[in-house]
Amino acid sequence: MSEIPSELKYTKDHEWVREADDGSWVVGITDHAQTALGDLVFVELPEVDAELSAGDACAVVESVKAASDVYSPLSGVIAETNAALNDAPELVNSDPYGDGWLFRIRPGSPAELEELLTSEDYERLLVELDD
Amino acid sequence: MTEIKRTSLYQSHLAMGARMAPFGGWSMPIAYGSQIGEHHCVRRHAGMFDVSHMTIVDVSGARAQAFLGYTLANDVTKLGAAPAAAPRALYSCMLREDGGVLDDLIAYGLAQNQFRLVVNAATRDKDLAWLTRQASAYAVTVEERDDLAMIAVQGPAAVPEFVRCAFDGAAASSLKPFTAMRLGEWLVARTGYTGVDGLEIMLPAAEAPALWQALATQGVAACGLGARDTLRLEAGLNLYGQDMDESVTPLECGLGWTVAFTFGRNFVGREALERQQAAGPGVSQFGLILRGRGVLRSGCEVVTNAGQGLVTSGSFSPTLGCSIGLARLPQGARGRCEVSIRGHTHSARIVAPPFVRNGKIRVELD
Repeated sequence: MSEIPSELKYTKDHEWVREADDGSWVVGITDHAQTALGDLVFVELPEVDAELSAGDACAVVESVKAASDVYSPLSGVIAETNAALNDAPELVNSDPYGDGWLFRIRPGSPAELEELLTSEDYERLLVELDD
Repeated sequence: MTEIKRTSLYQSHLAMGARMAPFGGWSMPIAYGSQIGEHHCVRRHAGMFDVSHMTIVDVSGARAQAFLGYTLANDVTKLGAAPAAAPRALYSCMLREDGGVLDDLIAYGLAQNQFRLVVNAATRDKDLAWLTRQASAYAVTVEERDDLAMIAVQGPAAVPEFVRCAFDGAAASSLKPFTAMRLGEWLVARTGYTGVDGLEIMLPAAEAPALWQALATQGVAACGLGARDTLRLEAGLNLYGQDMDESVTPLECGLGWTVAFTFGRNFVGREALERQQAAGPGVSQFGLILRGRGVLRSGCEVVTNAGQGLVTSGSFSPTLGCSIGLARLPQGARGRCEVSIRGHTHSARIVAPPFVRNGKIRVELD
């Protein structure tokens, strides 16, 4: 079973979300997602200050195998993106919950946070996918 | 529903943590960890592949050579009188009457009147049906050897690594490329699909796990189908089902060199190819390099100086650090071209494959 840190929130599209100290939220893709994708070779990130709605395709992770869209878990404004991924996309594979983070978003709609999955919800989702 | 098949190395793959996926009716390892890491292992030292999903077919009988002379586009008389001690290997296409490629394969001359063909996994049923049908006129036996497994050990250190663990295997060091030797019940061939030195070993399925384990203990990296694909693409080697299929002739997919128009030898598809050769095929196979941030994918449209074409195989080249591909383009295409990928246009350069051979980059990177 892939790694699913209990303190994070998740989406059904295999993204994780973590609250930063300043109230913005850091977003990445899960261990399950990076394993399924295989070695990443390019990551396209949103522009800083871009305004997004929850569910918008806002990034692309491209592995040797295929390109995949990443959807914004929340509505809001992009505060920062992980520049290290330009030259080292493999960080998403080696450290998906740490150095492989994708972007940080300032959420515009606190109610959306309630709709995110807990780690137990996400684990259940993965078990169902396996069947 | 057809059950998915497992090779005799299935448990070995699981024990090594392989990510498995269905391929051509078999459950096969895609990668054990990083497929890019596995690719580099083969280029720099040695890697091993379970290729037991490939279909091994033995053909024997007094008219076996004539039978293959008719069904294969390359000329099996190149395999020589085939004394049993030094079997040779030959890469060939098998064609339809209209010149379309049924499959690509390697033919080995094992002995007088005895040949072995290694064909693709996904085309097994089609190929066996075709060979069996053609065989009746020649009274030869066509026997699938599903009792055999196959392990490929590839890389600059592949042969020494094999010699180290194979009992009595020292003679493998003196094998010339595209020749083979018998080692007890094993057939060891100096062939491969990676553009670098190596061996392909056909052996009784029950004996494969022990050889696999011995190589692993010596530090030979287990490599999956993911790495196999990036390695063969760097080497400019075709993949049946992507770079060609029944609607494509060898002349259209860069395999004209494998067709032998031997005087007096009629083979299936000869007439159609001669007609096409006289008229000019119109399209040919080229290599593409994309230095920008994008990956060429099968099916992407290509706009060239000579007209429009298609990417047939595309991926990321770990050795070059950028995307490469093979494409079917109009004859005369050269220089820069534009490739459409996921709705965006990328600039790529047309080159002659191979991209990498024997560890060296063979194309200019701009």
